[in-house]
Order: sequence, then C-alpha cells, then structure tokens
Amino acid sequence: MMDGLPRSGPGAALRHDSALKHTTGEARFADDLAEAAGTLHAALALSAIPHGTLRALDLTAARAMPGVVAVLGPADIPGANDVGPAGEVEPLFADGLVQFAGQPLALVVAATRDQAIRAAAAITAEIAPLEPVLSIERALELGQHVVAPQTLARGDAEAAIAAAPHRMEAEFRAGGQEHFYLEGQVALATPGEDGEMTIICSTQHPSEAQHVVARVLGHACHRVTVTCRRMGGGFGGKESNASWVAAAAALAAQATGRPVKLRLSRRADMIATGKRHPFLYRWTAGFDDQGRVLGLRALLAADGGWSLDMSGGVVFRSITHALNCCDVADVAITGCAVRTNTVSHTAFRGFGGPQGALLMEDVVHRIAAACGLPPEEVRARNFLGAPGKGDETPYGQKVEGDLIARVWAEARRDSDWDRRRGEIAAFNASHPTLRRGLGSMVLAFGISFGVMHLNQAGALVHVYADGSIRLNHGGTEMGQGLFVKVAQLVSAVFGVALGRVAITATSTAEVPNTAPTAASTGSDLNGWAAHNAATTIRDRMAAVAARRFGIAPEQVVFAEDRAWAGAVGGNLFLDFGELAKLCFLERVSLSATGFYRTPDIHWDRATMRGNPFFYFSYGAAVSEVIVDTLTGEHRCLATDIVQDCGNSLNPAVDRGQIEGAFVQGLGWLTCEELWWDAQGRLRTVGPSTYKIPGSRDVPPHFKVRLLEGAPARSETIFRSKAVGEPPLLLAISVANALKDAIGVPALDLPATPERVLMALRGDGGKIAQD
Amino acid sequence: MANAIAFLLNGRPVSLPPGTSPTTPLLDWLRGPAGLTGTKEGCAEGDCGACTVVLEAADGGRIPVNACLTLLGQVHGAAIRTVEGLRGADGTPHPIQRAMAESDGTQCGFCTPGIVMAAWAQARQGGEVHEALAGNLCRCTGYRPILDVFATLADDAAPPPALPEPGPARFEAPGQVFHRPATLADLLALRAAHPGAWLLAGGTDLGLRVSDHREVPAAIICLLGVPELHGLRATPEALVVGAATPYARLLEACRVEAGFGPLASLLARLGSRQIRGLGTLGGNLGTASPIGDALPPLLALGASVELASLHGRRRLEVADFLTGYRRNALAADEVVVSITLPRPAPGDTLACEKISKRHDQDIATVGAALWLRPEGGRVAAARLAFGGVGATVLRAGRAEAALLGRALDPESVEAAGAALAEDIAPLSDWRGSAEYRLLVAQGLLRRLLLRATCPDLPADIAAYAESR
Repeated sequence: MMDGLPRSGPGAALRHDSALKHTTGEARFADDLAEAAGTLHAALALSAIPHGTLRALDLTAARAMPGVVAVLGPADIPGANDVGPAGEVEPLFADGLVQFAGQPLALVVAATRDQAIRAAAAITAEIAPLEPVLSIERALELGQHVVAPQTLARGDAEAAIAAAPHRMEAEFRAGGQEHFYLEGQVALATPGEDGEMTIICSTQHPSEAQHVVARVLGHACHRVTVTCRRMGGGFGGKESNASWVAAAAALAAQATGRPVKLRLSRRADMIATGKRHPFLYRWTAGFDDQGRVLGLRALLAADGGWSLDMSGGVVFRSITHALNCCDVADVAITGCAVRTNTVSHTAFRGFGGPQGALLMEDVVHRIAAACGLPPEEVRARNFLGAPGKGDETPYGQKVEGDLIARVWAEARRDSDWDRRRGEIAAFNASHPTLRRGLGSMVLAFGISFGVMHLNQAGALVHVYADGSIRLNHGGTEMGQGLFVKVAQLVSAVFGVALGRVAITATSTAEVPNTAPTAASTGSDLNGWAAHNAATTIRDRMAAVAARRFGIAPEQVVFAEDRAWAGAVGGNLFLDFGELAKLCFLERVSLSATGFYRTPDIHWDRATMRGNPFFYFSYGAAVSEVIVDTLTGEHRCLATDIVQDCGNSLNPAVDRGQIEGAFVQGLGWLTCEELWWDAQGRLRTVGPSTYKIPGSRDVPPHFKVRLLEGAPARSETIFRSKAVGEPPLLLAISVANALKDAIGVPALDLPATPERVLMALRGDGGKIAQD
Repeated sequence: MANAIAFLLNGRPVSLPPGTSPTTPLLDWLRGPAGLTGTKEGCAEGDCGACTVVLEAADGGRIPVNACLTLLGQVHGAAIRTVEGLRGADGTPHPIQRAMAESDGTQCGFCTPGIVMAAWAQARQGGEVHEALAGNLCRCTGYRPILDVFATLADDAAPPPALPEPGPARFEAPGQVFHRPATLADLLALRAAHPGAWLLAGGTDLGLRVSDHREVPAAIICLLGVPELHGLRATPEALVVGAATPYARLLEACRVEAGFGPLASLLARLGSRQIRGLGTLGGNLGTASPIGDALPPLLALGASVELASLHGRRRLEVADFLTGYRRNALAADEVVVSITLPRPAPGDTLACEKISKRHDQDIATVGAALWLRPEGGRVAAARLAFGGVGATVLRAGRAEAALLGRALDPESVEAAGAALAEDIAPLSDWRGSAEYRLLVAQGLLRRLLLRATCPDLPADIAAYAESR
C-alpha cells in the first residue's frame, strides 16, 4: 500500500477492519439487525412553530389510527423530562413552552413505521405564539445567552490598538453545518427483567446515552446497557443528539413492554437535531505597515439555539483557537453563545475550533489588503514564534513555532507557490470573465477535551486459553478507523497478528463511564487504555513463560505470535496459544482492564489560564480556485496539504481522515447552506436542498502528505498525533483562494456562488432575506 | 383479474404474494420482506444514492436506480441486482468489492453498497467518472480513493438476463390498483376511465411522494409498458422523443446528434445517472415545475408536444402547453405521447445553462436556454428561455426584442439585460435571492456573448476545468 512502512503494528497502513464487509453489504448497522417478533416502531411529532406556549396537544386522532399502540408525551415520562448533556434541563418533549420549530412534542408507537409516521402527523398542537428570536444580532440586543460572555485577555488590547499606526474594524459571519451522516439517528430499545433496558444505538457516546436513558426512565445506570458496533458517520452529530433518540426509544419500550425502534427520517433528523454553530464576528485591530497585528479585540458570538447542549465547550474552543497559529501580544477575545429559537447547535468536527480560526484569517486578509501585502506574508509575520512574536497562547500554553513555520514552508514548496502566482496572474489578465485565485491556510489545533474530566478512557482485554484475544474499549467506530488502530496497538503489545485480535462492539456493560469519541482523542485515549490493559496481561504471561524458560520475565520477547526466550528466532519459544493455555492451567488471570488519563493538562476558569491541551497538531494547505465573475460559480482546482500526525499509527487511515475532513470543511465553507425562513423553519431539510460536496467538487489535483520525521513531543501513544478534526480547518484555504480570485478580502461564509457574486459587487457577500 | 408482481432478483425469479402494495418502495421491500439489508436508506428522496441498485437490461445495459424512488409495480418484468448479488457463485467478493475495500474506499461504509453498485454499472457503461458518481454522496472519504477505484474499473462480462417483455398487467392491494397497460389504446382507455390516477413513468418525482411523504395513492397508471411512448427518432429537422423515454437515452442521442451538444451538457447535469435512468421528459412536462431542468431548452428550441386521448391527437407548442405554476394544458383524459425538438441549424448559437450551488445533481437556482440565429452580422431570431425566475418557465420577450435586428455586442447585450429585469419576477428562497437570480440571468446573457464571440475561450468554469 505505502512503501517503507511496517506491515503490522503501529505505523502500518492497514485497511479499515470492516472494509470488505462494507463493500459486500455484510456490515450490520443498527437498522440492519433482524427485528425481534413484536418489535414496534416510533415516530416523533414535531412543532411547526419556533416559539410559543403549548396550550394543548390533541392526541385522540393519533390514538385511533391503525396500528397505534401508544402515544407518549411529557406526562408519560417516569423519570425526568430532561435529556440535557451539560447540566441545563433540556426537555425531551416540550412541556409548556415550545422553543424551536422542530422541537419534539410527542412520540407515537405503532406496529409499523409508516403507521407511526402517519399517526404522528395527525397530532395537533395548540400553541399560542410568542415572538421568536431568530438571529444572533437580535439575541445579542436582548442579552439572551446560553453561554455568558467570557473574555480571554492578555496585556492591554485597548491601549495597543490605540497606540498602533493603523486601526481597523470589521464584522463577518460564518454559517452552521448539517452533519449529514449518511446513516440517520437510530436506536432500538429492548426491555428485559427487573427494569433492564438494552439499547442498540448509533452513538458516539454510549455512556451519555446510558445516563440520559436512566434519567428519563427513572432507573439506576446499572439497569441500562447501551451498545454500538458501528455508526454510518457521526462527525459530532451523534454525541448529545443520539442520547435523546435513545431515551425516546427506551421510554416507548418501557411503556409498551416491547422492543421499540426509533429511526428518524432524513427530514426529521435535519429538523430536530443540532448542527455546527453559526458565528457572528466583530473585531477591532491595531497594526503596523508590515501587517503585524499589535492589538486585537474581538467578539465571537455563536448561535447556541434554544438550549445549552454543548455550547460551553464550543465557545471555549473558539476563543482558544481564535488566534490559531498567530500571536498577538495584547489581545481580548470575548466568546459567548446566544439563545435563539432554533435547533440547539451542537458538536461538529472541530467543535468551535474552525470557527475560531476564521477570526484570525479574516484579520490577516483584511489587514493584508489594507497594507498592500500578500496575506501569506502577513500571516507568517504574525506566526507564533516569528521574529518579534511570542510562542505562547494568550492563555499561557507554549506552542511549537518551529512546526508552524515548517508545515507552511513545506506546503508552499509542495504547491510550487511562486510559479503558480505568476501563471495565475497571466491567466487573469487574459480572460474576460474567469478569475483564478490562490489561497493558503496554516493551523495549530489543541488536542484534548476542553472539559478536563473527559480526558480519560478505559479498555477491557481478554486472552482466551486458545490464544485468541478479545478487545473492547470505550471508543466508538464511526468510520474513522479507530478500531483497527487500537487493535494494531494491542497486537503489537502481544506480538501477534492482527487477525488474532477480535474487535467488538462498544458497550457500557464492558467499559463504563467513558468519554465520547470526540475531540480527535479517540485513538490517543483508547489506544493508551487498551495498551495498558494488554501490557498488564502480557506481563503476567511473561512471568509464566519466564518460569518455563528459566529466565527473567524481562527477557521474554513477544513477537511473530510467539513468546521467545531472549532473542526472536532462537530455539526456545512457546506459541502464543500454548502460553495462554499454560497461563490458564497455572491459574493466571488472562483478563485485564486498562485505564488512561491524559497527564499534565489543567485549566483555571477564573483566570482563563492553563495548559488545556496535551499537545498541538499542525498543518498547512494551499488551494487554487476558479471563479466565474458573471455568476459567482466557482470550483476548487488544486489542493496541496502537509499535515502533522506525529508518528502516524496508520498512515492509510490518517490520509483518509485528512482528505475527508478537508472535503467536509470545503462543504461547510462553500456549498452547504442552512436556510431558515422568516417563520423560523429550516427549509434545507434533505440532500435535494442541502448540498454537501459531490465527487466533482473534490480538487482534481489533491495531494496529501503527512509531515515526516516529526514524532509527537508529548508522551502520546507511539508518539502519534490526533487527526480527526485539525485538517478540516485546512479547507479555509479554499475560502482564502476565493478572496484572492475576486480581489476582495471580505467574504461571508459559506461562500456560495451568490455570496461570491455579491462580494464581487462590493458588499462582502451579504445576502438580503425577505 | 389481478396479476402478481414478478421480477428477477439477483438472477432468481421472484413473484410477490397477492395483495402486496404495488407502491411499496423497492428499498422497503428489499430491506424488509426480502431481508437484504445491504442496500441502505440515506435520504428516501433519491439524492444520496445509498440505496442504489442496478436494473439489468436484456441488451446487457446496466441502469443504476434509487431503490427508494422505485416502486414495486415499476419493476415488474425487470431484473434487479443488489450488493448481495455481486458475489461469485462460490461466495467470493466481486473484484469491485475487493478493490473498493483494498483502496481505502470505505470509512463508515454506509454509502458504500450504493457506490459499489454504481461502480458495477459504470464498469460496463463507461463514461465520465464524476457523471457516474454524481448520484452517490459520501460524507467520510472525500471521494479520492473512490475516484481511484472508478478509474480502473473493468467489466466482469457477466451475461445479461433473459427478460421476456411482460404483457399488460394489473396489481391490486387493499385500496389500491396499479395498471400496467401494454398499448397506447389501452392506456387512453384507462386514462379516460381513471382521470384521477397518477400517470407514472420513471417515478423520480411521484416516487418521492411515496418514499419521502409516505403517500398511498389509490390508482396508478404505469407508462413503462406502452411502446408508443418509448423510443427516439432523429430526422434532419428534429429529434422526436417518446414521452416516457428515459433521459439517459435522450442524453445519449444529444451527444451524437448535430446541434444538440449544448443540450447534452445540460442533461448530463439533470439529476444523476440514477435519476436519468428512469426520469423522462414527459414527466418534467407533466410536473410543469418552473425549475424543471429540461423545460427552458424546450422553449428555446421551439419544441412541441403531441397529446393523445380517446378523442384523437393534437399538437401544442411547449410554450402553450405550460400554463402556470405546476399547471399544463393536459386534459383529464389526455397523455403526452411525444416531444419534437427542432434541430438547431449550423451557425445558430445555443447555450443551455444551469446555475446551482453544486454543479452535479442539484436543482437550478436559475436555468436558461438561449438560442440565437445570426444573419448578416445581426440577430435575426432569438428565443431566450429562463427557469427559476417566475411561476413558470418563460420566454424573455423584452430581452429578445432588445437583441433582434442588432449586432450581438456588449451594447445590445446590456440592453437585453436591462430589458430582462422587466421580463422576469424571481422569488427569494433557499436556492437564491431574487436579486441574485436577476443578476445571474443577466450574467448569462453576457456569457452568451462570450460563447458567441470567443468560441475558443472556455466560457465557464466547467469548460475551463475540462480544458486543464
């Protein structure tokens, strides 16, 4: 596959463990499992109104419809009507107050899914409308927040701006993003004895689903088991949103005593589940003739939607990433999330990091235009670690400036920047209507959960007496290749072939109290936890082998499916299976849990200082676009990427993550547009109206290279680095290339053809809505 | 007397039990009663391609379709291949399945079965790779590894199925009847008897009402078995297209017929291969939506439709056929038989444009078909047709008048653009604001000038990308 790489263990470019099952259709997703006889199906009734007082819900017509077994509302919840993931009460079903168009009001349970959907449509709600708040601006005027403003400050921004030779103020917007996982939200709940509830759910966070189900049912967690073998995509959309879907299915299963499946239609999924937070930015900067930013004050206001959900973490990440790879000595970044009457925005790959990084890119590009300098020059002069610049974030964490400079230098070289600048200028001078543009992006992305306690993981490893190994850990598989990466690590600990390690479904019954698979930390955390579990067992096995061989345990080597006395290839060895059998006969435990907590991270909320990230990931990209100045249509023609993965655990999987994240970011910034009407109803509710990138939208020249010879400097597993989210930011190079092509540094996002045309005409890509 | 729905599934004959609803989406039947869960539901609106299966034609052709939009009554007499049916007799994965797995072409794997089936069709059909993939969305991989696999596909030379032409049929289920006439005469009699029935050809629009909106229609008349509505005839003056001829067939013809190249470029962007394998020009006319991709070209070419009923036949200009927002001149007992597309003469300029957020498989924000006939350096005739800028697809009469008799130059085009503002009255919605739609429509007139005066320059980004 790739030359010069190991063929097994960490660093091997092994394929996804389910790849062949995916292509033959054998891989079973939650909705593919055979349904037990008597399984019922559920459907949600959703509010059509964004804000109002719920006076009455008429369920009589629905109850009388064919096949209907139960219709459940807030009064039918035995525990708490609360599916909030972060402390704020967030009702599963609206109770008294309707807070967004699409809010669940009730659940219908029927013999078939069609019957449930039809009956749900027959539910009528009497809602006395209240004035909806549908924009960030309006919510700011009203001072409505789900996350109160918090300021990350260093030095004296006001004084620095006032003292600077030049000063600039600007405002811009970035839209949200629908996850559009291909597999929609789905949960199957099966009731058992003694109040037990088993839930198969497409979730990134089985533990939270377990907790929320237990809370809604009024049970203790030990009665609730949540499992997930695989998801058909997650991207952050199956963290908190999967939990309430699981809770609704469990509620119905408990009420009817029968298995209940709730699978949202694409439309219901898009209307009722959260998205990436849209942001509004306002900033003032002071700078010098060379484009060095001397002082910066900024407001990053996220649209939190109707409830808190995970907006706190998104705001945290947006303000800690607002300077991205740059340094400004005197700075004050204020972040908040406003409360509006739209769906509650949630985690999405990057989790506020991409939105944060947009701030500094806007600052760099507008200041460069004002100074008559290339934005790349201005950005590099402001790099962390550049001459005259510091190497610490405003919150006091050191960043590796040498790697920032390096990834940019390599991307610039790979892309043949200087030659192409000249060629593009010549083309633009020769064509009457088409314009090409070149743009770049450099990123520094902090790895760890901003919520400190989530930086932990557990694993459970069994070795059976025949030498086969069963691996389980708290991480979930959503396509990102986590399972194969962790299995590679475990097979390396035991020195066995990958095929000896059975990969199993994530389950709260096997590994409890887990973090979500999110924040790019899946392999960092679960890799170490599984490594620790496997090492515990291997050490016990080594002791048994050492006694047999008559050597010290440290002299036992595990390799090539054998335990060797001393050197590999010698005469004295035990097959791995023989040794496992021996351990069993000698009554040595072959099962162990493993645990890991990220060391050295801390955060002081009062002072907004600390080392919240275990390390930073770096990357750089150069993209070229072409724009039709008559229509605003555009296309990305070429992209070159250099991404830091440390010592990659699996270069094939990592390349897939980089390419996929880039294209997803490309969608966010160019063609994916969420559109709410004046009544607060989302009108882009399926792939016919909401356009994610297709194959033609991928740059025809698309070169991805992993940064070479750059092992992680922190003690990460195998000195690897996380890769799930950071490369999404590299798509900002495309937005920057569009600015270059049209010669306008101000461009609201997503840069649809309409915004590009409007920006060309000089109004920053703002779109009037009637 | 009712018949049983019968077809070949992965090479084996299947006959559905009496009473099976003929409007059950094929996808629901595959995943439910048939137990074949390899085919996935991603959207139930024919846009994501996760449910792609292949219809195997008797001539060896492979037609990828969205199983979510395809109704059981439609596949009577067809041969269907699903992802489970690609394995060899001994159970070994198909080489395409192996290649996709070994090239890192899957991540979450949910879109994968549909992409594998699109690849299996493409291995035989060939053609541009993005065209073959336009109907399949992947949210994980960024497509690069999938494109690598598509670049190396080889036909497995599997023989076509033996498919006798099914005769007339009628399928019944509680509260439903599905007619499948086999002659135009039978069709017209049924139409007269059931004026409220759905007229179903490809079902790419009507199928949505079942798949996405879960409607259960009482009566359906299916046009797939009526030979008079199928086929395509090229004459020196025109293309004559049967109303129920799939777009795929029309696209093929436009690619080789002189004068129709610009229409081919547009049709290649109409839906996806999955949609074009079933969808028809007759369907676009029946729906009469202002954003139907094929309608502006019909106006610009001066196309006409032939209508038939038990009372006889009549011919209408398309401009007279389209009467309003989703309204047409079809009488309750009439059907569209064929459409005649006059062939542009050598020297005519024809541009078929579509502006959308995504190049492939999107719905037009603005559609346009612009036809000019120059004589002696002046515009002797012009038909400028636009979609997405009013309640119906329309001719921009004032803009046409601004060009007539004048040289095609920046001044006349600016005058036409100014006049266009009086011709059209676009709305604002999620596809674009009224202001943008007007600007784009005017921009397309300027692009027409570029096309006519600088034929050697790439006039749009797609042409530029292809020229690289």
